[in-house]
Amino acid sequence: MCENPMRPEPCLISKIIKETDIEWTFRIKIKEKPLPGQFYMVSLPRIGEMPISISSIEEGFIEMTIRNVGKVSDKVHHLQEGSQIFLRGPYGNGFDMTKFRDKHLVIAAGGSGVSPVKPIIEYFYKNPDQIKNVDLLFGYKEPNAVLFKPEIDSWKNKFNTIVTVDKGDDNWKGNVGLITKFVDKINVPKVQDLEVVIVGPPIMMKFTALEFMKMGIDEEQITVSYERRMSCGIGKCGHCRIGQYYVCADGPIFSYKASKELID
Amino acid sequence: MSYKFNLETFNNLIGEISKNYDIYAPMRCVGSGRFSDTDLIRYGQIKNASDIVPDVKSNFSPKEIIFPINETLFYFTEDDYREPKSSTRKILIFLRACDIQGFERLDQIFLNNSDNEDFYYKRIRERVSFALLECRESFDNCFCASMGCNTADDYSFALRFTDKNVLLEMKDSNFDKYFDGYSNDCNFKPEQIATNSETLNVPDLAETDINVLYDEKFWEEYKSRCIGCGRCNTTCITCNCHSTCDIFYDDNCNVGERTRTWSSCQVDGFTDMAGGMSFRKDYGARMRYKVLHKILDFKKRFGTHMCVGCGRCDDNCPEYISYLNCLKKLDKLQEK
Repeated sequence: MCENPMRPEPCLISKIIKETDIEWTFRIKIKEKPLPGQFYMVSLPRIGEMPISISSIEEGFIEMTIRNVGKVSDKVHHLQEGSQIFLRGPYGNGFDMTKFRDKHLVIAAGGSGVSPVKPIIEYFYKNPDQIKNVDLLFGYKEPNAVLFKPEIDSWKNKFNTIVTVDKGDDNWKGNVGLITKFVDKINVPKVQDLEVVIVGPPIMMKFTALEFMKMGIDEEQITVSYERRMSCGIGKCGHCRIGQYYVCADGPIFSYKASKELID
Repeated sequence: MSYKFNLETFNNLIGEISKNYDIYAPMRCVGSGRFSDTDLIRYGQIKNASDIVPDVKSNFSPKEIIFPINETLFYFTEDDYREPKSSTRKILIFLRACDIQGFERLDQIFLNNSDNEDFYYKRIRERVSFALLECRESFDNCFCASMGCNTADDYSFALRFTDKNVLLEMKDSNFDKYFDGYSNDCNFKPEQIATNSETLNVPDLAETDINVLYDEKFWEEYKSRCIGCGRCNTTCITCNCHSTCDIFYDDNCNVGERTRTWSSCQVDGFTDMAGGMSFRKDYGARMRYKVLHKILDFKKRFGTHMCVGCGRCDDNCPEYISYLNCLKKLDKLQEK
């Protein structure tokens, strides 16, 4: 009898990092090494399953940053270090890391969209010889929603990093405004060298891509990541289908050119 | 080889076959129809040959035999979880050519889409054999011939029911043992209808600009006409969408199940994500999503149209929406 891909494996939560009030990072012990941009179906028996992207990939563990917004994520936020969580995967195509090699990589991410791009940043942070240049552009709703503050501080040492919030407060001294406003602040010596990764809410990805298109870059130079409801993660349940594509199996990473065919 | 049996002999044969097979066929559920004093024709496990309803189109497709409406994926106990045990008995399904082709579409999704086979579908599917019910006349709303689904090859034997006899063409030697000793030279070959009363020029939309297709005004009509009940999906032989849901038992919340249940791209909530995002909020967009999957997107991916032309969506829509007419509109659009 064939192996059952729907069967989840119990895994140990070794650390919980509270990034914001509602977004916690769960460090989970795991043997395999997924690709940046892939995701796992995370579940709790008797509660349910949800697709979650990977925010860090290390030897022996991964991290997933989970926002408490639903039935399953709420229960996950009641778990503690040492608790068991159930995973199956990794699923999806992941980012084509070879595409970025020796290029000028710009990563524009909004809100929890910073999670799936974090493994790319961490990879090139450790392997700076494999990339020409990296620019980071992060947009969050408000100062309290800024994810990965300590990591961003260290990334600033190597990469040009712009953080902006839609709405500041009295203590916020940084940038205020939508991500699209800061695209032209990125220094682009050679447009042909650019590789752009955009991850965030659909409307943010659309308008950020349009800003980059103004620079005269090709649609193939932009990579985006999609998010859809999923029940199976393996191309059976139909929830994530857009046109002929299944976000779980063919994505979640698409070139901007391909994504223009993905009309809901 | 082909055989001619009287009804009594055929009934005895069904009895013999059922020793090794669970046999499913369209059956009559008296008084369960859509209107008062009407019957529902639905697939069920038969005991006698007389249970088979060979001359009426079934309201429901046979897909629930291999892909049940509700299916338990795992039983959870306090510290363990396991798949439900599956029967090892073989299954024989009496069905029409369109539905055999429909199962070929379901096979594509459950067995070939992505690197993973569906464990639950496969473990039933590999026990299934098909018996083709000959269609010499078209039923209401059928347009199988236009879709190229008026014939099928994947069957063990084919049958014609007459008032007094059953004619049978045998293709699968696995069933030979049941028919040993009967004369096998009646020269029966199933005659499948070549045209339906409804015909369609199947629109070829592969080259049509997707934005033109999506912006087409006629989708608007369905915005107000469709009520999002999902009947078209549940009665369709090829619709495969489903949702998983975990439950726990009232008397012990540490014990429960992970189940999957048929879903529908027409119903509210199909695309809802935690956090509040959803897509295709109006019914017109959902109609477009469904129709283009059947007649464009599936073919782009697998090379054949998903729709087999059984017409059950039109039979069952409570708002009298005609999917066939929608395809005709798309055909006209393509001619432009």
